[in-house]
Amino acid sequence: MGTNELWELYFEMLRIRMVEERLTDWCNLKLVNAPVHLSIGQEAVAVGIMAALNPEDKIISGHRCHAHYLAKGGDLKKMFAEILGKATGCCKGKGGTMHLFDDEAGHVISAPLVAASISFAVGLALSFKMKGENKVAVAFFGDGAVEEGIFWESVNFASVFHLPVLFVCENNLYATHSHILQRQPSENITERVGPHKINAHRISDGNNVLLVKEVAKAKVELVRKGQPCFIEACTYRLREHWGVGEDWDLGYRSREEGEKWMEKSPLKQAERTLTNHISTPEELCSKIKKMEEKIKKEIDEAEEFAFNSPQPPKEDLLSEVG
Amino acid sequence: MENQTERWLTYKDASAEALLMAMEKDENVFLIGEGADHINGIGGQCLPAIRKFPERVIDTPLSENGLTGFCIGAALNGMRPVLIHQRDDFMLLAMDQMFNQAAQLRYASGGRHKVPLTILSFIARRPGEGVTHSHSLQSIFAHFPGIKVGMPATAMDAKGMLLRAIFDDDPVIILEHRHNPLYEQKGSVPEPYFETPLTSQIQFSGEDITIVTVSIALLDAVNAGHELSGGDRISSEIIDLRWLRPLDIEPIIKSVKKTKKLLVVDTGWKSCSISSEIVALVAEQAHGYLQCPPRRITLPDAPCPASQYLEPLYHPNPEMIIRAVEEMVK
Repeated sequence: MGTNELWELYFEMLRIRMVEERLTDWCNLKLVNAPVHLSIGQEAVAVGIMAALNPEDKIISGHRCHAHYLAKGGDLKKMFAEILGKATGCCKGKGGTMHLFDDEAGHVISAPLVAASISFAVGLALSFKMKGENKVAVAFFGDGAVEEGIFWESVNFASVFHLPVLFVCENNLYATHSHILQRQPSENITERVGPHKINAHRISDGNNVLLVKEVAKAKVELVRKGQPCFIEACTYRLREHWGVGEDWDLGYRSREEGEKWMEKSPLKQAERTLTNHISTPEELCSKIKKMEEKIKKEIDEAEEFAFNSPQPPKEDLLSEVG
Repeated sequence: MENQTERWLTYKDASAEALLMAMEKDENVFLIGEGADHINGIGGQCLPAIRKFPERVIDTPLSENGLTGFCIGAALNGMRPVLIHQRDDFMLLAMDQMFNQAAQLRYASGGRHKVPLTILSFIARRPGEGVTHSHSLQSIFAHFPGIKVGMPATAMDAKGMLLRAIFDDDPVIILEHRHNPLYEQKGSVPEPYFETPLTSQIQFSGEDITIVTVSIALLDAVNAGHELSGGDRISSEIIDLRWLRPLDIEPIIKSVKKTKKLLVVDTGWKSCSISSEIVALVAEQAHGYLQCPPRRITLPDAPCPASQYLEPLYHPNPEMIIRAVEEMVK
């Protein structure tokens, strides 16, 4: 793995983190009237997987979609505007934070409710196969989604029809406030997916972006040949289920548990690795600082665009119903 | 009356012709459903399509909700899937995908995503089918903005409404009725491609009462109408609703203003239903014109019994319509 490659991945993760930190500021200032679901702590999965895809490959996501949107190249201005309910948002303000998509970037759609959109990726893959398009469809979802029937319907169908689809499960241990062992027979989801003749792989450290990318590259190659694959990336949500605060006080998980994961958060891990490849800590700091300045500029511009964008006109209430 | 200028097809064959014709017209159309590619699957309705385009008729695992989502995904990539459920009862397993997703994605994407999905299903009505194989669920489906709901009651509309559905850019549910007087009944069906407009249809003009029918209730009303026009000399205006969403209420309001009486005959239950909706709209838009309270003939408020002794008592029939009309038009 070259250092440059890790720097590039680090940049993408840092960008996602800084965007969501800005959203945190907005929420604290009560500028956002919506339940944002932050990916802080889980950035390595989105960035690692996306690094293994071609630009023409397509992804779908669910309610926690910000990181996927950004990592796939989604337009930040349209994202900010959408979250603020503005007419210039990617959904003209009508979809909101949980419906982010950018067709040009290959992020086809995000759709809550939990697990619902997994099936869209299978349908995309079916259409690729029928039309003879050499593309891969990727579904992103959480550990709670595998408790839904439609996940197993999707896995079964993809297997039987040999569809070019990659299932990516971000196992962050909690569905809202319920621990996985209260909901499933084990923390290991992969061992239950494999028997469906899906090539299934568990990345026990899904916060290691290089590792995620390496696994993803191998799996995407298989997917392109018509072997559906499943990646379970173990990770951890550092913020509350929705909203921008921490929630250690709720009692469903401990601060000690959280602190362990903070130590191996995607950014910290990457920084440690980069330190080993760079002459001095000062050099690392200065390089990161430069990245932060670049990203801050982009975020400032997008923020200005979103703040200054018009509200949707009243007639949009009843338009595009079908 | 067959003649040389008209072509007569059964309702079932007209629907089969629409499926084939849609696939000939556009290579993005495909049929998918449980048993869709079986010779006798879906009542044999897919047979012409299977023969000509076997690669575009997909038999599937039993996954109604998943299938709906797969079709949405394919539709997002430009396909026009026709998802077939052997009975509308099975559609209840796909409520999330139909209504949380397919019906809403255009709106939620600010108009950028279209979901040209057709969901074709059937209402069965045979003794022994019982509580879970004979539902008439149209009213629930018509509750949601963003998805059209149609119920053909003639062979011509079995073709025209299905083609309208398949080439609509938004999701459409088509509920055909499998009861034999309709399903095997021949009607005049033009050979070329045509689409049925999103309107209700005055099947018979009359002066004394407006009878609005849903699906196969049209046949009962027509039979009743013949009977009533004899000795009693009551002239019924019979309007086939055709589409529950969008609901074309104008011809009904106009008719009620003329006849001053309204009877609605539906194949579903009464509460919170399309018959409730029609009566409510007439009350809102033509209240002063009504000379007597509107009436509704629907299923009784009970599940469908399996027993061949009870099941015939369950459904609306021409006698019920005759009795109601005679009481209303004294």
